[in-house]
Amino acid sequence: MKVVAQQVGDALVIRVDQDRIDAASAIQFKDQMRQLTQVGMPRVVLDLAQVAFIDSSGLGAIVAAMKGLGPAQKLELSGLTDTVKKVFRLTRMDTVFTIHHDFPVNLAEAG
Amino acid sequence: MTAHQSFRKQASHVIAHADPLAVRHGLASLFAQEPLACLSEDMRGTAEIVMAEVLNNIVEHAYAAQSGAIEVCIDLGEHGLECTITDSGAPMPGDDLPKGIPHALDQIDDLPEGGFGWFLIRSLAQDLQYSRFRDQNFLRFRLPAPVLVA
Repeated sequence: MKVVAQQVGDALVIRVDQDRIDAASAIQFKDQMRQLTQVGMPRVVLDLAQVAFIDSSGLGAIVAAMKGLGPAQKLELSGLTDTVKKVFRLTRMDTVFTIHHDFPVNLAEAG
Repeated sequence: MTAHQSFRKQASHVIAHADPLAVRHGLASLFAQEPLACLSEDMRGTAEIVMAEVLNNIVEHAYAAQSGAIEVCIDLGEHGLECTITDSGAPMPGDDLPKGIPHALDQIDDLPEGGFGWFLIRSLAQDLQYSRFRDQNFLRFRLPAPVLVA
């Protein structure tokens, strides 16, 4: 599981450099998210543009990552591919997360 | 021969060992073969969500105590993809399929981190049937596929 974090403006952008977050990688993903988000940046943007597929374990790991953030931190998602979007929509998790259809414009400019 | 006709009588068959990495590789193999390889992106996504949840559930629950094999057969039939998944693990609790009831999502602190699997399967698969015969579990269902040309 390759996950890369980069500070862009007031946000920590975490890019998943892997094509799936599934039952075989969910625990590792959760651990890496916990470590990377400890820096306490108020805004965490998880860039899923490279992720073609997540299963329910992957979805659970993203939810766990959000719940593991500090009270002043917020997890946003960007770059959801079609199948990932479908999993969020069916489970109604798309109503829980702030989802950017593309990479957040203000961050792209800051970066 | 039309594109639709070329779908006819295609079947795939994969046997995977029951662990998460083997399931990932089994899925990759299934989706590289016909009939799944020929699906549109949308149908492929639907099929992969259902297949992944079914196989992960078998690894996590049916084979919780001991590992074993999972057999997947997919046929392109008249009404879509006819899927049969067989395992030799523990039976479904109550010999019935889980209801897959969606969770409430109103409290961030109480958001569920699991239990989405059967809800997703029931949302996307059709005609789900479960049976137990000679210490094996058989799960059958249909997935959407392009309509065949008569």
